[in-house]
Amino acid sequence: MTWLASHFNYVIVVALMMAGLFIIFSTGNLIKRMIGLALFQSSTGLFYISLSKVSGGTAAITLDANSVDGKELAAQLDPAYVQQFGVDGVVYSNPLPHVLILTAIVVGVATLAVGLAIAVRVREAYGTVEADEIEALSRVTAEQAEPRA
Amino acid sequence: MILLETLYVAPPSLTAQAPVLAIIVPLVGACAAALAPSGRTGWMISVVAAMFGAWMSLAVACEVMRHGVVDYVLGGFDAPLGIALRIDAMGALIGLLINTVATLAAIFSGHSLVAEVRAEKHTLFQAGFLLCQAGLAGIVYTGDAFNAFVFLEISAIGTYALIAAGERRDRRALPAAFNYLILGTVGATLYVIGVGFLYAATGTLNMADMAARLTTLDQNASVQAGFAFIMVGLGIKAAMFPLHVWLPGAYAHGPSLISLFLAATGTKAAIYLMARFLFEVFPDGTAFGEAFLAWVLAPLAAAGAIICSLQALFERELRRMIAFSSVAQVGFILLGFALGSAQGLSASLFYIVAHGLMKATMFMALGGLAISIGARRLDDFAGVAREAPWTAIAFAVGAASLVGTPLTMGFLGKWQLIEAAFVAGQYGIIAAMAIASVLTVIYVGRMLEAMFFREPAPGAPRAKEAPVGVLVPLLLLAGLSIWFGIDASLPDRLADAAAARLFEVLP
Repeated sequence: MTWLASHFNYVIVVALMMAGLFIIFSTGNLIKRMIGLALFQSSTGLFYISLSKVSGGTAAITLDANSVDGKELAAQLDPAYVQQFGVDGVVYSNPLPHVLILTAIVVGVATLAVGLAIAVRVREAYGTVEADEIEALSRVTAEQAEPRA
Repeated sequence: MILLETLYVAPPSLTAQAPVLAIIVPLVGACAAALAPSGRTGWMISVVAAMFGAWMSLAVACEVMRHGVVDYVLGGFDAPLGIALRIDAMGALIGLLINTVATLAAIFSGHSLVAEVRAEKHTLFQAGFLLCQAGLAGIVYTGDAFNAFVFLEISAIGTYALIAAGERRDRRALPAAFNYLILGTVGATLYVIGVGFLYAATGTLNMADMAARLTTLDQNASVQAGFAFIMVGLGIKAAMFPLHVWLPGAYAHGPSLISLFLAATGTKAAIYLMARFLFEVFPDGTAFGEAFLAWVLAPLAAAGAIICSLQALFERELRRMIAFSSVAQVGFILLGFALGSAQGLSASLFYIVAHGLMKATMFMALGGLAISIGARRLDDFAGVAREAPWTAIAFAVGAASLVGTPLTMGFLGKWQLIEAAFVAGQYGIIAAMAIASVLTVIYVGRMLEAMFFREPAPGAPRAKEAPVGVLVPLLLLAGLSIWFGIDASLPDRLADAAAARLFEVLP
């Protein structure tokens, strides 16, 4: 149980990742595939954020350890943890992964937008967003593949 | 012997900024092209920006020849903390290939877009093209693992839109673009997860810094997991068999411009990043790395080279044939990596350039023919050599290089690969290359037989010689394949220097 408690974030990451991948490869509906892709990408976000978390750590904005807030935060730290790592004063979470994942989220939104735009165009050209129907219609196109002068 | 330095003239102040200018100028050009008032203006912006990128990558290559490794510190923050561009001989070589092909492709796009893409989309198409070029240049020039992901996605987003733009001529471009988007994004996300694992283990994102810290960490489970994620992610982007399913559709149904540009550069940038991780970031000679090369990379690459050559053999649409052939040639390149020797890496890098040039030539020739006949099936190309001799000859030069005819670059590439495999004593790899080469001869024979020796079908539209704007870049590309087939000193020197640096042996 303690293992589950300490690795809870990572369990969720794996569950989200697998759910996302499963949706992408099991459904033929292009929109549902985009949903799966979004889920898969969000799992990366959670993964990076979990990596950066330091127990008892606060946001990485320098805080005077002797101020009221600083003392309050330092008091919340686990004594065993303080002793093990010799922490003195305020502990900060690692801010770099947050920045990285912010970038990745922006990239993910852009991909999602392009993907949905293409799905709209597919619907206009084929009249459907189901992969198997598109496949069948494409085969017709391939057989008619005649030159257009 | 052609001296790179003689080709390049520029003030030193410009040379100092060359690495970042090679990325930024196409990026800014993309914005300008999107705002251009007409397709013609967009095309001009595209040509100028691509040319400037090529000029800057030439400057970078000269600097690398002189100093070994070029470091460029972005924003004045020093390397491990700030983001740095770091270019060695490998990056210089691939960067030069990407930007040279991009320039010729930009010139070619003037005529081909008119025939293939809706007129109102021309400016946006050029913007996507420049975005893609900037992203690819960024991938090869960056020294930061996460930065590489961002550039990977910049180029990929441009590419998805460009493939979808082929819908005017062939609506199958749309589902092809969608499939590529799904698989490409999954690949890039897997890469990010892998980088996350490495960051967790090393606490750095700078590739050189990471490499230094990984030397003692090769048994670490999170490093090994990260390695696996990165290889699968990049394998999808590089169309490594069996992760290549997106490629034939994307190459065959997208506009001609994009098949030629992607075949020559898109997968190459991913392969480059793969080589960077395999040979630079991860420590050499560990049990884990050796096992990956021998039991994962070599069998998959060999299977890809043979199976995809067979698929090319039985394909009816000409562009699909060449697309499958591309996957098979990626197998060849990865076989060179799998040898795990400096000689193998050098041969692979040389073959990357050879393959980029030959495939660009073949796809550009087909694009030139598509302007007049718009054909897809192999049978439609029957007898085109009579109507369009120059285009057909350029195609034949590319095809000859693909087969490995002496006096072409493909011959030298294959020769070096087989020689490296002999030295390494990997006879299984030699056998795989031999089988794939024989299959290549057969399917290339089918293409050339149709083009040169068959009678045109009665009533079929008659092919016309490609316009001058297409013929010039086409013959230049074909000429490069032959030039480097006779005098290969330029790519050879860079490839050898890259391999020597990564394996720390003196040339």
